Amino acid sequence: MAGSAYFPHTGDDIRKMLERIGVRSLDDLYSDVPADFIYNKEYELPDALSEQEVRNFFDELGKKNTSLKVFVGQGAYDHYVPSVIPYITSRSEFLTAYTPYQCEISQGTLRYIFEWQSMVCRLTGMDVSNASMYDGPSAAAEALRMAVACTRKRNKVVVSTKLMQNVLDVVKTYLKYPDIEVVYAWDVLEELGPDVAGVIVPSICRHGVIQDLGGIADAVHAAGALLIEYCDPSALAVLKTPAEWGADIAVGDGQSLGIPLCYGGPYVGFLACKSEYMRKLPGRIVGQATDKDGKRCFVLTLQAREQHIRREKATSNICSNQSLMALWVTVYLSLMGPEGLRKVNELSCAGAHYLYEELLKTGRFEEAFPGRPFLKEFCLKPLVPVAVLQQKLLDAGFFGALELDGYVTFCVTEKRTKEEIDALVAVVKEIAL
Amino acid sequence: MRYYDKLIFELSHPGRTGYSLPSVQQYPFFAEKCSSGVAVDAAVPANLLRKSKLELPEVSEVDVVRHYTNLSQMNFGVDTGFYPLGSCTMKYNPKINEEIANHPAFAGLHPLQPAETVKGAQAVIDGLDAALAAITGMKHFTFLPCAGAHGELTGLMLMREYHMARNDSARVKVIVPDSAHGTNPASAAVCGLQIVEVKSGADGLVDVEALKPLLGPDVAGIMMTNPNTLGLFERQIGEIARLVHECGGLLYYDGANMNPLLGKVRPGDMGFDIMHLNLHKTFSTPHGGGGPGSGPVGVGERVLPYLRIPQTSGFHGNFGVMLRAYAYILMLGKQNVKMAGPLATLSANYIKESLKDCYKLPIPTVCKHEFVFDGLINDGAREGKTGATTLDVAKRLLDYGFHAPTIYFPLLFHQALMIEPTETESLETLDEFIAVMKKIAAEAAEDPDILHGAPHNAPIGRPDETAAARNPILKA
Repeated sequence: MAGSAYFPHTGDDIRKMLERIGVRSLDDLYSDVPADFIYNKEYELPDALSEQEVRNFFDELGKKNTSLKVFVGQGAYDHYVPSVIPYITSRSEFLTAYTPYQCEISQGTLRYIFEWQSMVCRLTGMDVSNASMYDGPSAAAEALRMAVACTRKRNKVVVSTKLMQNVLDVVKTYLKYPDIEVVYAWDVLEELGPDVAGVIVPSICRHGVIQDLGGIADAVHAAGALLIEYCDPSALAVLKTPAEWGADIAVGDGQSLGIPLCYGGPYVGFLACKSEYMRKLPGRIVGQATDKDGKRCFVLTLQAREQHIRREKATSNICSNQSLMALWVTVYLSLMGPEGLRKVNELSCAGAHYLYEELLKTGRFEEAFPGRPFLKEFCLKPLVPVAVLQQKLLDAGFFGALELDGYVTFCVTEKRTKEEIDALVAVVKEIAL
Repeated sequence: MRYYDKLIFELSHPGRTGYSLPSVQQYPFFAEKCSSGVAVDAAVPANLLRKSKLELPEVSEVDVVRHYTNLSQMNFGVDTGFYPLGSCTMKYNPKINEEIANHPAFAGLHPLQPAETVKGAQAVIDGLDAALAAITGMKHFTFLPCAGAHGELTGLMLMREYHMARNDSARVKVIVPDSAHGTNPASAAVCGLQIVEVKSGADGLVDVEALKPLLGPDVAGIMMTNPNTLGLFERQIGEIARLVHECGGLLYYDGANMNPLLGKVRPGDMGFDIMHLNLHKTFSTPHGGGGPGSGPVGVGERVLPYLRIPQTSGFHGNFGVMLRAYAYILMLGKQNVKMAGPLATLSANYIKESLKDCYKLPIPTVCKHEFVFDGLINDGAREGKTGATTLDVAKRLLDYGFHAPTIYFPLLFHQALMIEPTETESLETLDEFIAVMKKIAAEAAEDPDILHGAPHNAPIGRPDETAAARNPILKA
């Protein structure tokens, strides 16, 4: 009767059900709602479409987007997504389940979250990871709040302005309302003091330069604060880990590990820490247990930390996580292994340095940070008008040269071929000096 | 479901690989600068490189596929069977939505691409915004929040911005009913607001007389869930809205329970100024084992002039989830949307009326999309036998192939069993569930030990959660 494939009710079913309830009509089920609030008008929505029409509708909308070869990163990286990942993550047992409240019939979800936690720890060198966060930027904000919760009577945090813009924006938003003082600094060590609870620095700065964090952890710890490192987890296959730099908390976005760009989301944040801060870690955590027959199993654990128990005493309100996206990453890392992930970095690094050299050779750029090491993302100083450069690249089907702090930024992943790089460089060469 | 006891790490064999990547040798950069053949070593000083071994699994592609397929088979989803988890709206997730979400014309877009190259994506955002505004009676939505709790936080920030923009910054209290979801007070606390609890009356509704003395110049607003977590419509909402607005506060609508109102009642018409929706509940996007969701926040006329959208996530929110929700709304259209809420309400009342002879029903009035039982009428307790609890009923349901309802929430009842069937279940499915619930009640009356030992047919039995929390093992 309803005319939708999603409603299984026949007219007869509805009559039977109303009879059991003892009312005459569906409207009677809303007799407790004051009549003024019942919406009797027609909704300003399109007419119902068939599946074929919906498909056509989105095909048409899709044509309004321009498919580009992506040469920009800034927190979203166009790495290759192996075909196994969407195949596994679209399995409806994973896709259509909810939070594993009933662990006896949720061992699939609980096991892959346990594997995700283990992999995050192995990448970062941290002791404990949670079940995931919404994204990297919000994980960074939560980590700063966590630092305040971990240190007593300290209410100030120091945020490195070397972080990417979207991380800075989200951190600023999250910390505006609670009573936490935030100081932004290019050199975080200059702001250390007795009231500082936490310091956050990136392992790769917004301009792509790999940071030498030597001495920072010692200085931060000497001041009684916690060091938080924001990192690209893909790069941790080759770069010094947060643990090796002496950080207490590691955060970042897992998008670079097998998650499609998808116009910015869904992605997945990670948040891991040293064991002494475990009980202040926000979000869900999965732990190993045994069932009544001694079988190994997995459960949501340490729940006393969580918002639904602590309510107004909570220091984080995160309730769910990005579970399915954590599965994307877990399957990706399983496929890649240590060698595959290293090779992704090799390819990206080699391609990025090739592009860097070739762009300099065109004479249309100068070095922005000469001699400073980078992996897959870098900045150059443009000697041609940026708008012209960007438009020429767009016309040729490339997204590159995003403007940033007076420079332009590029990124190369293993998905970009030498032919694509050469073609991009050829476009640049045509721009008049 | 078959028990499968492996972790991916335990399948690892050194030297085995599951990846396929192009050759690195294609770049001249190597030949010139890098005698070792390792680009990273040439590009990055040794003191910045990882020293410790990276212990990821070394497995083949088929190992990965079989492992995760086996894991999936220990999971119960909406596609497996009936999932009456209260307050979670586990409705069927249409498959066309998945196809749309994976459409290459959208999945390949970088979030920072110039506006002229993402007109299709912008049309999705604008179209969904307009549709949600029409459905809720709000003016505009932001899609930055990635979940319901994230939406609450964003919405409360908007509330604070509203008061600050009007130089009314003394408003630091937010009123939250005692029946509220735990995220409400947590979100308010994280937003730097003080929480004032308002009690429910014996009828399960906010007590307007108890609310009045709480209102004043320090009140930023009230957070309401309507219908509330007992599944009851807050019929005094008109009066509550008037009182809260009169004192200068705003009304926040927690959209977790929007489903019964879908196509019937609009929060904007009830006087709400700010609200969030859970696209993963009301608009049928899959829950994904606990995310990704989407918690768009809508604002009404009162807030619109003071709108400053807080950047609570990194880019544009969970765009992939938005695509799914938009596809769902287009499939429903203006005709079918009117049936969604009423059919969900019909299903809930049908179960409630069918089971109230076996389970305690503390509030017998008509419910909306969900209702709460307070445990068994006869739990089987007698000399030498402990009675069956709500936990026992939940675990026994798993044996019969159903997901359990939400248990021990809301906190107003000690044996709370919160059932939400949604509109996508057939009468036959509801009848099967009712028959099993009756059977479980009969089992409890006969011998509660049958329930104490449940589940008997799941891949694992009940775990020792206390031991797990005492000696946490959180990684392999």
